[in-house]
Amino acid sequence: MPDDRALRESATFPASVLAEIHRAADQGIYDIRGFGAKRSVPGFDDLLFLGASMSRYPLEGYRETCATDVTLGTRFAKNPVDLKIPITIAGMSFGALGANAKEALGRAATLMGTSTTTGDGGMTEEERRSSKTLVYQVLPSRYGLNPDDLRRADALEVVVGQGAKPGGGGMLLGQKITHRVAGMRTLPVGIDQRSACRHPDWTGPDDLEIKIQELREITDWRIPIYIKVGATRVHYDTALAVKAGADVVVLDGMQGGTAATQDVFIEHVGIPTLPAVRMAVEALRELGVHREVQLIVSGGIRNGADAAKALALGADAVSIGSAAMVALGCNRAVHVDDYAALGTGPGYCHHCHTGRCPVGVATQDPELESRLRPEQGAKWVRNYLTTMVLEMQTLARACGKSHVLNLEPEDLSALTVEAAAMAKVPLAGTDWIPGNNP
Amino acid sequence: MNDFDLKRVPLRDLNAHLHNDPTDEVTVKNPGGRHAIAVGIDAAIDVTIDGHVGYYCGGMNKRAKITVAGHAGPGVAENMMSGRVRVKGNASQYAGASGRGGTLIVEGSASARCGISMKGVDIVVAGDVGHMSAFMAQAGHLVVCGNAGQHLGDSLYEAVIFVRGQVGDLGADCIEKEMTPTHRQTLSRLLEQSGFQHSPDEFRRYGSARGLYHFDVDHADAY
Repeated sequence: MPDDRALRESATFPASVLAEIHRAADQGIYDIRGFGAKRSVPGFDDLLFLGASMSRYPLEGYRETCATDVTLGTRFAKNPVDLKIPITIAGMSFGALGANAKEALGRAATLMGTSTTTGDGGMTEEERRSSKTLVYQVLPSRYGLNPDDLRRADALEVVVGQGAKPGGGGMLLGQKITHRVAGMRTLPVGIDQRSACRHPDWTGPDDLEIKIQELREITDWRIPIYIKVGATRVHYDTALAVKAGADVVVLDGMQGGTAATQDVFIEHVGIPTLPAVRMAVEALRELGVHREVQLIVSGGIRNGADAAKALALGADAVSIGSAAMVALGCNRAVHVDDYAALGTGPGYCHHCHTGRCPVGVATQDPELESRLRPEQGAKWVRNYLTTMVLEMQTLARACGKSHVLNLEPEDLSALTVEAAAMAKVPLAGTDWIPGNNP
Repeated sequence: MNDFDLKRVPLRDLNAHLHNDPTDEVTVKNPGGRHAIAVGIDAAIDVTIDGHVGYYCGGMNKRAKITVAGHAGPGVAENMMSGRVRVKGNASQYAGASGRGGTLIVEGSASARCGISMKGVDIVVAGDVGHMSAFMAQAGHLVVCGNAGQHLGDSLYEAVIFVRGQVGDLGADCIEKEMTPTHRQTLSRLLEQSGFQHSPDEFRRYGSARGLYHFDVDHADAY
């Protein structure tokens, strides 16, 4: 029997680090997994709202209107995207997700009056049919990209990067490359598919400006064009996206999810969403285009509070990916034996890359996929989005706002010095913003 | 027959005409290196461009026969779906990038990354192609009647490459393969369609060794 008093864990080599070194020694390859960053980073939990009191007047919670609508793509597009709520469904590929999951997301988004987004692998009939407003991604891989889908999209999103892996391309391991997925991507069945990290026909923002002109010409300037970037050098990337002609900038923080990426990439590249949103808003303001070029923020948005705080910092909308999957049943405590077969359990699963998703969300296996009925999934996501909206409205009314987009940095206070510095809102109980007024 | 003089008519008017009930034959005068000329066409028409074009001419073309009587800038016929694009002069970078069908013919030479990420298009180049051509090419044929630059076919999937001249060097996982009768027949057809007189016997064939299709740590030095 070990003596508990002698069991002293190393801070440098805790059990998790030892286990990873053992795994690397056994397998000789980096760990590839799904989900997003698991490390703790400063986030929206480190901010609080300053509700109204003597100097501000709140709105009645159940009587006075608090609007949530937002219009995206007003800069150049003939037909901007009108959304009833400022929460969109982020791009997730058919391939990473099953067709039922994509359909469920489309149905829920349509019920809520918001948009959903395709992913690396093209547009499926299921998601086009079920999504009233569908954003079509133009990715470096160009899998499935075609002008017909371009023209039946409601907006385009040129993906430069994603928060889970800025600088990295998509990855879909062979076990998920079924005949249908392979056909859409023009690839052999069953191979490990590693997408390009750079677009094949442009390099740099000057080229991208010309690329966007081409996309506008092909779509007759009808629909908005978003540019999505992973959060790294946010100030420059936002400014360059504006210069390149974006109608909307989509900014994905490092907490953003992925279906399959190297763990070292997920945990060690990119910056958190909290500073990223503030930096993007500063860049837009400097260029005089804040609110003219809309900003969608994603990466670790989990509830109405996160969404409201992102809007208060200046975003026009937020986007959810991982959270929407969780609403569909990801990590729900059902089919526990199947989690165990993957060597994990509900609450810890990040095995999207295996294609053996116990709840039928991130899989191409017909039997597993049948566990998620699109009607049920749509109901869950609709309920979850409804809850998020009610939470946002509750917070906005408490701050005296008749529209969630009227929330502002002045409504916020930071719990930690780090959050105060990153979001540039005062540390609670002080007027101190580190870096602003030392 | 319809003429568009881009010195006098905005590019938008040209592309709008090509998208909405276009005439059977369209001639574009004074292209002046403008970008996105004749993009997104979905019609069996003939478009002739008298002069040099900028980026992405003929991008995402379906069914149309587009002729550039001049040089083409980067990304000519990018993501082409069907039809035919012929460049009488040289083509810049990424010619035929991610093309999914149809034929791109370059009567001069093409620059770097010709046929990058191609997904079914056939590309026939009378002259040379630059480095990293057919990078990550998934399907279709790249025919090079001259020489190919360095790292030809790097990370190649199932596209087939034919080269008549010298190859700088082959990229990761690209190897020379036997010229079978079927390949000779395909090459003969592509040369004939393009109007080039070479014999298929003058070419060598390159394809994927398929060694990188599944990640194997023993292949880590290939990256």
